[in-house]
Amino acid sequence: MSGLPQTPSTRHRPSGPASRTVKAVVAGLGLVLALSVLGAWWAAGMAPAPQAASAPRVALPAWAIDPAVVARGARVATQAHCAGCHTAPGGLALAGPRRIDTPFGAVQAGNLTPDPATGLGAWTPEDFRRALQHGRGRDGRALVPAFPYPHYTRMAEADIDALYAWLQAQPAVVQARPPHELRPWAGHPWSLALWQTLFFRPGPLPLPADAPADWRRGAQLVHGEGHCGACHAPRNAFGASRQADDGVGEALDGTLSPDGRTYAPPLPGFGAAGVDRQALVELLRTGQSAWGTAHGPMGDVVQGSTQHWPEADLQAVAAYLASRPAPKPLPAAARAPEAVVSAGRAIYERQCAECHGESGQGAPGRVPPLAGNPTVLHPDPGTLIDAVRHGGFAPVTAAHPRPFGMPPTELDASDMAALLTMLRQSWGHTGEAVTPMQVLRTR
Amino acid sequence: MPHGFPIFPGPMALSVAARPSACAPRPLCRTSNTGARTRQVAPRALALALTLAMAAGLVPVADARAAPAHAVPDTMTQRALACTQCHGPQGRASAEGYVPRLAGKPAGYLSSQLRHFRDGRRPHGAMARLLQGLPDAYLAEFGAHFAAQRVPVPTRPAGPTPDAATTERATALVRQGRPGVPACAACHGDRLTGVAPSVPGLLGLPRDYLVAQLGGWREGVRRADAPDCMAQVARALAPEEVTALADWLAAQPVPDGGLPDEGPRRPWPLACGGVAGEVAR
Repeated sequence: MSGLPQTPSTRHRPSGPASRTVKAVVAGLGLVLALSVLGAWWAAGMAPAPQAASAPRVALPAWAIDPAVVARGARVATQAHCAGCHTAPGGLALAGPRRIDTPFGAVQAGNLTPDPATGLGAWTPEDFRRALQHGRGRDGRALVPAFPYPHYTRMAEADIDALYAWLQAQPAVVQARPPHELRPWAGHPWSLALWQTLFFRPGPLPLPADAPADWRRGAQLVHGEGHCGACHAPRNAFGASRQADDGVGEALDGTLSPDGRTYAPPLPGFGAAGVDRQALVELLRTGQSAWGTAHGPMGDVVQGSTQHWPEADLQAVAAYLASRPAPKPLPAAARAPEAVVSAGRAIYERQCAECHGESGQGAPGRVPPLAGNPTVLHPDPGTLIDAVRHGGFAPVTAAHPRPFGMPPTELDASDMAALLTMLRQSWGHTGEAVTPMQVLRTR
Repeated sequence: MPHGFPIFPGPMALSVAARPSACAPRPLCRTSNTGARTRQVAPRALALALTLAMAAGLVPVADARAAPAHAVPDTMTQRALACTQCHGPQGRASAEGYVPRLAGKPAGYLSSQLRHFRDGRRPHGAMARLLQGLPDAYLAEFGAHFAAQRVPVPTRPAGPTPDAATTERATALVRQGRPGVPACAACHGDRLTGVAPSVPGLLGLPRDYLVAQLGGWREGVRRADAPDCMAQVARALAPEEVTALADWLAAQPVPDGGLPDEGPRRPWPLACGGVAGEVAR
C-alpha cells in the first residue's frame, strides 16, 4: 500500500500531494468497505439457517395419504436406503443425526421424520422435489452433495412424490440435526452453489428410447435411487463423479472409500457371463454367493436395502451392469517370489484353512470361498486387508439370519502381505502381489 | 419389512446340492475335473483383476467348486469364533487377562453390553465394527451362549494383596456403602459374583479394567440403559475410592467358579435401566 498517507514531515511528496492523499484514502476506505461487505455476506452464509421452530405441520394433499402411494414410497425408501445414512447408531429410524466423515469434513445426516420443527413435517411436496431434483433445502440454500441428490435427481417424479408420502406417514421424532463440521470453504453456501454450477446436472437419465425395459429399469435403479455411484464412482478433487462416456450415469470404475479402508469394485461388466449374473443377484439378495460375502459398507447396503428389492429389480440391475462396457483388464501379474507365497501358505494353513478350506473353497452359506472370490482380486487390496484385520459378520438377511463371524486377525505387515499375495496367486488366481507398504498405508 | 416385498429363498442350498462332492481326496478332485481345469489354466482369463474375473466368470469359481465341500459346523461356537479370537476359547478371557472373561457371566448383562458396544454407548471401535448391523435377538443368542459356558476360573487372584488401609476403605464400600453410594454387594451379590440375569460379577477382573470402567462411567464414556445407576455410583466415588476398590477387588479369589447368584432376591437400592423389568425398588 504505497499510497497510504504518511506523515508529510517525514517524506517529500511530488506535486499535488493533497489530491494523491485523498485518492489513497478514498481507495483505502473503499477497499475496507468492500471487504466488510464481503465479510458480512460470508458471515451471513456461515450463520446457521434460521430455525423454523414455529413452522406448522404441512397440510398433506390427498394423493400423499393414498395408501397405494405410501406403499410405493416404502419401496422407494428401501431402494434409496434413506435409513442407511439418516439413522443414528442405536437410534430411531430416519430421525438422524448420523455423522458421516468426508474428505471435506463431517456432515450430519438430518431428521427425515415429519416433525415440523426438526424434521420434514413443514416440507411441502414442492420443497421435497426441489431437494431431490435440484439439491436445495427448504430455505433455498444449496445442500451438501453428501446427500446424493446428483443421483436422486434422476428418479421418476412419481417415485419422489411417493417417497414424500411415505416419509410423511412415519412417526414424528423430535431430533434436531447438529450443524455440519465442514471446512469453511467447503461448507459455505457460495461454495456449494458454485459446486452445483460446475458439477451438478439436474434432470433424468438420458436413456435410449429403444433400450429394453429391464435395461432401462436397471439403469434407473443403479444411477437413480440406488445411487451405486456414491461409493463405486471415483470422485475428483471437489468430490464430483465423472460421467460415463455415453452420458448414462457416472463412470462406475471402482474406488477406495474416503476412509481408505474398503475398495468398492468397478461395476460395469459385472455378471457379463450368464451364470455369474445370477451370482450377482444372489449376492444382492442374500449377502452371499459363489463369489463371496458382501463386506463393510456393502454389507449394510445388502442388509438394509437390496435384500428387500423385488426380484425383477435385482435382475434388471444385473442385466444393466452386465451390458456396460467392462474396464480394461489388468495385465497378468508377475509371480511373487516362492518364499513369500510359501510363507503366506503357512499362515493360511495355520489360521484360515480350518474355515475357508484347504483349497479356499469355503462352506456355502457359512464361510465365503476365497478361490474365485472377486474381492481377493480387487485391483486395490483394501477390502481384503480390512476383512482380515477387522473380521466381521456377513449381512443379516432373510436367507442368512444368523451369519457366521470372521475373527479379527492382527498380522504384521509382511505376514499380512505374504498371506494376501498367496491368496492372489493360488487356486488359479494370477493377481498382483500385495506389498507390506500397501498394508502399512491402510493403518 | 412392512412393504411386503417377496423375499426369495436363497438358491444357495440348490447350488450346493448340484456340486459334485463324491471325489474324496482333494488333489484327485482338482485334477480329475478336467473341464474345469482346462478353463482354469486359460492364462488370459485368469490374469484379469476383478472385472474380467467376473467376465471370464466361471474360471476361478469352477476351481472352487471342484474342491469338495468344506465342513463347517452349524453351531454357536463356530459363529462365535469372531469373539473367542480375543476373549479366549469359550470366552475364558485373554491370556494376559485384560480382554475380559465372557464364560458364565449373566446372559442379560452380556447381551446388553453387546448392544451398547454396537450402538456406541460403550465406545470400542473394533467391537462396534464387528457387531454392526447384528439384531438384538442375535446378540442375545451370543449372550446366552457365553453365559452357558462352564470354564474353570483361575484360582489365583488377578492382583497383589492391598495394604490394610486400602482393604478397610474398600470393604466398607463393598459391604456397607456410604451416604450416596450403596454397598457394591447390595446389587452385585454377597459373593460379588453378580446376580443373574443382568448384574455382572466384580471378581476375577484385572485392576486396570476395573479402573477403566469406573473412570469411563464417571466421564460418561461408558453408558448403560437409562437410568444409568452405575454412572450415578461412579460419579459419587472419590478417585481414591475408585483405586481402593479396584486394588481390593482384583486381589480377591473367585469363589465357586464365579457363577452369578440367581436373583433377584432383594429390592435394588437404585433404579437401573440395565435391570429393567426386574426393578423392585
